[in-house]
Amino acid sequence: MNPSVETTLRAHRDRGRKLLVPYVTGGLGDNWALVLPALAAAGADAIEIGIPFSDPVMDGPTIQEASAAALAGGATPLSIFDDITGLDVGSAPLIVMTYYNIAFHMGEHRFAASLAGAGISGAILPDLPLEESVSWEREAAAAGVETILLAAPVTPDDRLAQIAARSRGFVYAVGLMGVTGERAGVAVSASTMGKRLKAVTDKPVLIGFGVSTPAQAVDACAEADGVIVGSALVRRLLDGAGPEGAARFIGELRRALDRG
Amino acid sequence: MALSLMDQPSDDGRFGDFGGRYVPESLMPACHELDVAFRSAWADPAFRAELDTLLTEYAGRPSPLTDAPNLSERLGVRVLLKRDELNHTGSHKINNVLGQALLTRHMGKRRVIAETGAGQHGVATATAAAVFGLECVVYMGEVDVERQALNVFRMNLLGAEVRPVSSGSRTLKDAINEAMRDWVASVEMTHYCLGSVMGPHPYPWMVREFQRVIGDEALAQCRVKIGGVPDFVVACVGGGSNAAGIFAGFADTDSRLIGVQPDGGAAIGRGTPGVVHGSKSMLLQDEFGQVIEAHSVSAGLDYPGVGPEHAHLAEIGRAEYTMVSDAEVLEAFQVLSRSEGIIPALEPAHAVAWVMREAGRSIPSGSTVLINLCGRGDKDAAQVMEMLKR
Ligand SMILES: Cc1ncc(COP(=O)(O)O)c(C=O)c1O
Repeated sequence: MNPSVETTLRAHRDRGRKLLVPYVTGGLGDNWALVLPALAAAGADAIEIGIPFSDPVMDGPTIQEASAAALAGGATPLSIFDDITGLDVGSAPLIVMTYYNIAFHMGEHRFAASLAGAGISGAILPDLPLEESVSWEREAAAAGVETILLAAPVTPDDRLAQIAARSRGFVYAVGLMGVTGERAGVAVSASTMGKRLKAVTDKPVLIGFGVSTPAQAVDACAEADGVIVGSALVRRLLDGAGPEGAARFIGELRRALDRG
Repeated sequence: MALSLMDQPSDDGRFGDFGGRYVPESLMPACHELDVAFRSAWADPAFRAELDTLLTEYAGRPSPLTDAPNLSERLGVRVLLKRDELNHTGSHKINNVLGQALLTRHMGKRRVIAETGAGQHGVATATAAAVFGLECVVYMGEVDVERQALNVFRMNLLGAEVRPVSSGSRTLKDAINEAMRDWVASVEMTHYCLGSVMGPHPYPWMVREFQRVIGDEALAQCRVKIGGVPDFVVACVGGGSNAAGIFAGFADTDSRLIGVQPDGGAAIGRGTPGVVHGSKSMLLQDEFGQVIEAHSVSAGLDYPGVGPEHAHLAEIGRAEYTMVSDAEVLEAFQVLSRSEGIIPALEPAHAVAWVMREAGRSIPSGSTVLINLCGRGDKDAAQVMEMLKR
């Protein structure tokens, strides 16, 4: 059994720790998977792995560039699964983030089974809203994969409650209206999102999109249980940070969150 | 009366297995809002009257349906042309854009964004934005900015900002990606004026309804001109809006419906089911579900997907989808110009090319064939001039 995202994150949260979930683009460079144990050792509570897609409409320039580079380097869903199968990342659950066509093309059943087989505990499909995700959620649950749903600043209250109820693992609060990418500051909408979600769910609530610095991570956690950090880390990886540089950055975020 | 074969999709936007609404949560409220706004507007006689007036007085509808006597003689079939190239701005795209511009005003939004391939949809959107006083940004792949330079200049003249897109294949697919990224960030005050029968529900249905004026007019014109319906109704298919519009008029008749795709962008035929740009349809993709770049001489058809209703019409066998080569298209472009004095856009030249190839073969001699001549070729003149030099 792969570690449960929700059980793991709840346990950390309940002992007063703010949650930190870094995102890396799968297949970015030959030894990309070595980043994962480094992130875990640096204090990541769970790790998101992006399976690159040719047309990432929710992603800004950094993750677009990383996706294109990974695809040009020959990354495929199967190569990424191979690279992480049997990898020791301690107790941090792995979560896949990709676009629905990757899952649809492989077949929902087979995709869910492949995730579980590769040691992946959760899945995020940002272009699969509530109305379209019923059969996927069922297949994922049957394979023991938790489907994490996203809520957006424009999501109305009744829908927000439904998303929180159906989400597994945690609830992904999209902190701003826009695509992924680094921003100068945390949007006001992020804290509003945190508050609104915390009011309707006891599941961990994590803010993602636009959290780029230790100070921003602390800010974003004021009304939420934790943060997801993507573009800021991926940019460092694109610049050649490697596992050590990635771990250094995540370590800084960890210490800032622990200080509060 | 039996339900029409091209009726409303299901409430969740499905045509059979295809369609739906595969968009980020950030866009869901806007899709709902648009669905509600379109449904009420389309059922509102005042909205319909306002749109009809615009189509008549501004766009120049109805477009004529004319015989192509010289081409007919050459091919041994009777060729009729639905002359949507005579619309203001030079293509069928204006039909859809005027409808969406009115809706934009109804929804109280002040900014429109659009993607464009050939530039015709961008020009139409820029035109409507000028008339309605809306801010307008058009996304266009860098390859298309180059091969459709005239239309870039037209959009600028009309007051729109054209943003070249340098990602991916730098064509229509990537322009749509970039427009969607803009929309995710701006959705509260911006309407995405999508140019074809694709995208998340309600776009495929709404755009088809705004384009069905082509088919409704053509059906009535055929009744008068030939006392019935043609044996074939032929249209080019990129996303498929001009085809959906003309097919809608003939779906419940005995006419055979033919969609003509470029052979480097034939999602129906060379593609498999996939999900991109908000809906499930047929898609050119590799064994892992990565979208494959299309290749076509025509910027407007250079797209690896197709509208979901076409995937459905193909599956149930109501419409047939074929392909032609760039060389056949170039030939048809010249033949129609010389034989009828009509310079077609490269897009409808695909429909002409198929008829030229198949007359006397899969189109029996003596048949009547209606071609949707959905755009004129001014925008392509410079590109074709270069190609013919080689
Ligand atoms: C004249 C013309 N025809 C056809 C198309 C393709 O679009 P659709 O398949 O939606 O009609 C375009 C698109 O740019 C066009 O300009």
